[in-house]
Amino acid sequence: MKVPRVEIRIEECKGCHLCIAACPKKVLESSGCLNNQGYIYAKYKGDGCIGCGICFYSCPEPGAIKVFKKEN
Amino acid sequence: MSNILEKPKSFYTDFTRKGSADVITTHYCPGCGHGILHKMIAEAISELGIQDRTVFISPVGCSVFAYYYFDTGNVQVAHGRAPAAGTGVKRALPNSIVISYQGDGDLAAIGTAEIIHSANRGEAMTMFFVNNAIYGMTGGQMAPTSIIGQKTTTSPYGRKAENEGYPIKVSELISQLDAPVYVERVSLADVASRNKARTVVRKAIQNQIDGKGFSFVEVLAACPSGLKKTPLETNEWVKNTLHTIFPLGCYKDETATRTPRFAPAINPTSDQVLTALNLKDDHSDYKASVDKKNFIDQNVKIAGFGGQGVLSAGTTLSVLAMYENLEVSWIPSYGPEMRGGTSNCNVRLSNKRIGSPLVENPNILIAMNGPSLEKFESAVRPGGTIIVNSSIIDAKVSRKDVKTYYVPVTGIATEMGVPAAQGVAALAAYLAATNVIPVEKLEHVVHKSLKRKELADKNIAIIRKVAEYITKGMEDNKKCLTGF
Ligand SMILES: Cc1ncc(C[n+]2csc(CCOP(=O)(O)OP(=O)(O)O)c2C)c(N)n1
Ligand code: SF4
Ligand code: SF4
Repeated sequence: MKVPRVEIRIEECKGCHLCIAACPKKVLESSGCLNNQGYIYAKYKGDGCIGCGICFYSCPEPGAIKVFKKEN
Repeated sequence: MSNILEKPKSFYTDFTRKGSADVITTHYCPGCGHGILHKMIAEAISELGIQDRTVFISPVGCSVFAYYYFDTGNVQVAHGRAPAAGTGVKRALPNSIVISYQGDGDLAAIGTAEIIHSANRGEAMTMFFVNNAIYGMTGGQMAPTSIIGQKTTTSPYGRKAENEGYPIKVSELISQLDAPVYVERVSLADVASRNKARTVVRKAIQNQIDGKGFSFVEVLAACPSGLKKTPLETNEWVKNTLHTIFPLGCYKDETATRTPRFAPAINPTSDQVLTALNLKDDHSDYKASVDKKNFIDQNVKIAGFGGQGVLSAGTTLSVLAMYENLEVSWIPSYGPEMRGGTSNCNVRLSNKRIGSPLVENPNILIAMNGPSLEKFESAVRPGGTIIVNSSIIDAKVSRKDVKTYYVPVTGIATEMGVPAAQGVAALAAYLAATNVIPVEKLEHVVHKSLKRKELADKNIAIIRKVAEYITKGMEDNKKCLTGF
């Protein structure tokens, strides 16, 4: 799988969209869809993540975001 | 450093707060600052390698359930008391890393005294103070940190200084005290602030690892539900409003100049404990008889009405067990009445260190009056023992999975002229029935709890009489497995 990249776990997302606002590359967006909890979850556009981790530290949910950085 | 940023290992894998339907998300609202701060703290705990010695103190407030998330030691305490409970933990276990976590209602309203005095004593703990300018958990009431003009459910026309005072600037206050080492205010409202906050969280914990003393971090955080705004709007509000009233920055930092201080672990020997309790001298001839290695934990509840000697029966048992080199705890529970109220005490005896002194499910219940039996019978563990004071209690124990002994302890003590010894009589019944400690040993310590030492002989006679009653009863009831 490509790195860097970000994964958002649909069922752990509460739709606060803080990650979307925080991302410096604007590669996260609202999915426009509801998860089972009833939240409009965020999603990765699929391209352009630089692995900075800013979204990870913006997200209040412990496991909703996983960031794969570039191997050093 | 790992190449993957993910849920820190200091969190539990499963969060069981909401039952099995959802074990992955927290109970926090979307956009809540608590979750962000939890993540920073959990990451610091993991990376600093202190997970196995961290004790997290959860407050009352939305973060009351933090113990469902942090896979560390956890204590959840009464409203505002985290610094006091943390002090106790840190002093009892100096090698632990105590993280005290509080909201603004908890810390700056009901808990004002605790935070000020723990800071003033310079307790070697790390304190996180979440200032979201509102009471979140209870539905958006005014907090001591709510700003002037802020409309809340309890300040519907907006907070007015004349009426409710000014927002309390806690970091500024704490930093005026001599003892604290490090005081800083950070925010979670934007990317740059969050980056800074991560460093500060880590530093405040590192300080404790380094023995530097009281470190205090105030965290400006969003409570979208309390503020009745979207998460993004709330963060904007925090940035544009709270940041101006509660300026971010370091208010005190003496980290570099303070000499590390590590309190020695307090591990008194039984001799030291006995000396401190003034019980030492005449036990030199006492010979312990308990097989400590195979000792089975005794969780004893002695319950009755005030004046029956319930509490002192507990202390007598405790002293006896100390002579037997066992670990002991005793904690009373009673109303304000000197006499006539109900009272009970919890005594735990063990061959291992005792964590909590509470006895919720006793394996020994000594019921001195009817209401006590009624109240605690169902709590006794299966296979446990109930001693019923049959002089006063007419009711029978309905449980079939416990051993019951009906012993007229009040009657025996009264007949022998010392009604006040009914507690001792009940103890004798317990020991004679279970042989946890040989009942004769009680004769060596009974005078310790007597104000009138001349009654010692009578107490000894009572102990023997009860022991005889039990032995005889057992012989008469050889076939009866559930006691008599
Ligand atoms: C002794 C006591 N008084 C009052 C309450 C009700 N109460 C529960 S949480 C709370 C305030 C919490 O506000 P804060 O500390 O700001 O935490 P937040 O919920 O905002 O995180 C109050 C007053 C209580 N539980 N116990
Ligand atoms: S910050 Fe977390 S909870 Fe909020 S939208 Fe992004 S992934 Fe979802
Ligand atoms: S009420 Fe406020 S503090 Fe409580 S969980 Fe919701 S957002 Fe967080």
